[in-house]
Amino acid sequence: MRQDQKVVNADYLLFDAPRKESFITGSEAVAEAIKRANIDMAVAYPITPQSESMHLVGELYAKGYVKDFYRAENEFAVMAAIHGASLAGGRVFTATSGPGTLRAMEMFPVWAGARQPIVCAFMCRGVSLPPSIQPENIEMAMLLETGMMMLHAENGQDFFDMLLKAYIVAEKPDVHLPVGVFADGFFVTHTRDKVMLPSEDLTLESYSPHCAPVPAFNMETPPIRITRDPLLNKSNFISYAANASWHQEVLAASERARKYLNRYLNGLLEVEKPEAKIMFAASGTAVSQCREAIRRLSDMGIEAGLIKIKSVRPFPEKELREATKEAEWIFVPEFNAGGWLAREIKAALDRNSRVVGEPRVFGGMTMPPEIIIDAVLKRLQSSDVNI
Amino acid sequence: MKTRVITPADVFEKYLPEEYRDLVDRGPYLENHGVAGLGTTKELVEQHPHCAGCGVSLGIRLAAASLPSPEDTIIVGTPGCSFFALAQTAVNYSNTAFGNQNAVASGIKRMLQVRHPDKNKDVIVMVGDGGIADIGLDLTLHSWFRREKITTIMLDNEVYGNTGGQESGMSKIGQKLNMAPTGKKFPKVPVYDMAKTAGCAYTARVTVASPYKLEKAVRKAVLIARNVGPTYVQIYTPCPTNMKFPSNGTINVAKEAEKEYYSFDEYFTKEAEQYLAEQNALKNSQGIDEK
Ligand SMILES: Cc1ncc(C[n+]2csc(CCOP(=O)(O)OP(=O)(O)O)c2C)c(N)n1
Ligand code: SF4
Ligand SMILES: [Mg+2]
Repeated sequence: MRQDQKVVNADYLLFDAPRKESFITGSEAVAEAIKRANIDMAVAYPITPQSESMHLVGELYAKGYVKDFYRAENEFAVMAAIHGASLAGGRVFTATSGPGTLRAMEMFPVWAGARQPIVCAFMCRGVSLPPSIQPENIEMAMLLETGMMMLHAENGQDFFDMLLKAYIVAEKPDVHLPVGVFADGFFVTHTRDKVMLPSEDLTLESYSPHCAPVPAFNMETPPIRITRDPLLNKSNFISYAANASWHQEVLAASERARKYLNRYLNGLLEVEKPEAKIMFAASGTAVSQCREAIRRLSDMGIEAGLIKIKSVRPFPEKELREATKEAEWIFVPEFNAGGWLAREIKAALDRNSRVVGEPRVFGGMTMPPEIIIDAVLKRLQSSDVNI
Repeated sequence: MKTRVITPADVFEKYLPEEYRDLVDRGPYLENHGVAGLGTTKELVEQHPHCAGCGVSLGIRLAAASLPSPEDTIIVGTPGCSFFALAQTAVNYSNTAFGNQNAVASGIKRMLQVRHPDKNKDVIVMVGDGGIADIGLDLTLHSWFRREKITTIMLDNEVYGNTGGQESGMSKIGQKLNMAPTGKKFPKVPVYDMAKTAGCAYTARVTVASPYKLEKAVRKAVLIARNVGPTYVQIYTPCPTNMKFPSNGTINVAKEAEKEYYSFDEYFTKEAEQYLAEQNALKNSQGIDEK
């Protein structure tokens, strides 16, 4: 924070503080969030489409909003340095994209295992199969079981709010886990959108390591014999059991986060027209594309509902079952070839032949509403369901 | 942290484990006994599961006894044999992914400076030769390029001990090892010389056969890192298990190496020399010589 900023409590900053309209890119929305997040340290390594946001965070450091900042040598080193900085008891931030995410992969489960409330933004893009810098969110599939919580922003407003909310939920003593805040690269990072912002003079309270379920490595806590990492130095039942129970506790902490996510995100998912026989379930910018498809389908006399999934980890299984009670078809449009979201949804629902993993685009293709509508019409023609 | 945090309140003292009280009363937290005190004072490393005669565990024991402020120290490790003793050492210890140690240490050191700017808090990397010379070489060098104020200590057993005796970048040329079935094809990675050009303010090369030299080197390295810039100490810690010499031969193997290729060496930048001279001028009045 800067001396001219006023520390306010999280609820005031997020819910009550008056907001003003701005017209900014998603990258700028990231910087606006970090400006108000009272960050101790950020570390960066450039990659498209993340770079601009971390340039802006660097400028925040130069202006005194962030206390330390440097450009590291690669993403594994970034995530390792962020891990170290968080171990020493401060609030940290970084961001990356696609290949950077994969380069750093080994560190993400470490963050969760070390119970660190690290917030990392992921500006999703293609990875090398074949090389692509274009929007695609396959990297989310690869992070699903790393123990980190995962929020998926639809637009700049979500990106701004979710980053601040991520710190608040991550730092709850009964959670204390990392959060990845994901946005589809370019579509969110490089386009301007209306974003409502509270005053830049306000900032979150600073992080207190005393709220952590594990002591910080700051040499302020006796009795100075701390190996926080799960025990692996003995091959015996006790160390296996210690490791396994620690692992279970990481997963349990993520479950305990649901109550906070419900409060701050106003639910892990949002539903429109739950009575519709045709539902779309999507996350990220695919949600916006569904909104337009739904409007046009309605003009054609076909009513469809929408489930916007905001939290991917923890995953809203129960809420999904509730929201799809009436659905005959559940379309899951995605910006990746693997279809990880459709798989997640199928695993959560009964009668999961209702789930249609279409349309899917990747390699930088856009998802015009027409192909969403086509997917629906094709299914309707080949079925005897009456809508 | 110092006295206030370490010393138990009278009413609680009897509830603390005897071991902790020992560390406070007869150990290195409040008073430095150094290598000379080994055997008569409470040690930071009490027991370890290393092989008999392990040079790595001896290196750790000597280095731990040499820390100027163990109560204000965090050691950053990485997978490898060193983990087994360090995880049981009475110093804060962090160990995660193989080769990430100097980046983790950079993050820790910077955050400690942000949050405790008025206090000396020492960040020391202590890991194996493979961890530095192979998988972690880029992160090590970059921490030196950036002039991070951390001490890096290599426990060089010239092999991947922990995974079963494979070739490491620090193995000697010609050495037959697992994954080097016809002998290693290139010489030891010159990490020691690289440290000098990469920005270290102080470097020392030493073996476990010279405990007092080792003590002085580690002590200087930590103090110079605290005040001037990155420092590097490379300790030869021979491994009887993989090098197949008798477990009572460790010191002799190290002594031979000192004669052949592991001679004692020290290097200071001008700033480091100047800092030590200032310290000595200060300490001489108290009868202690730093160099
Ligand atoms: C990413 C990764 N690759 C490989 C390993 C396996 N591994 C653990 S320790 C080690 C070798 C350690 O050798 P060195 O650093 O020389 O330490 P020593 O055991 O000899 O003390 C290896 C290869 C690992 N833990 N992580
Ligand atoms: S394998 Fe070698 S380095 Fe590892 S514990 Fe045994 S003797 Fe020590
Ligand atoms: Mg080794």
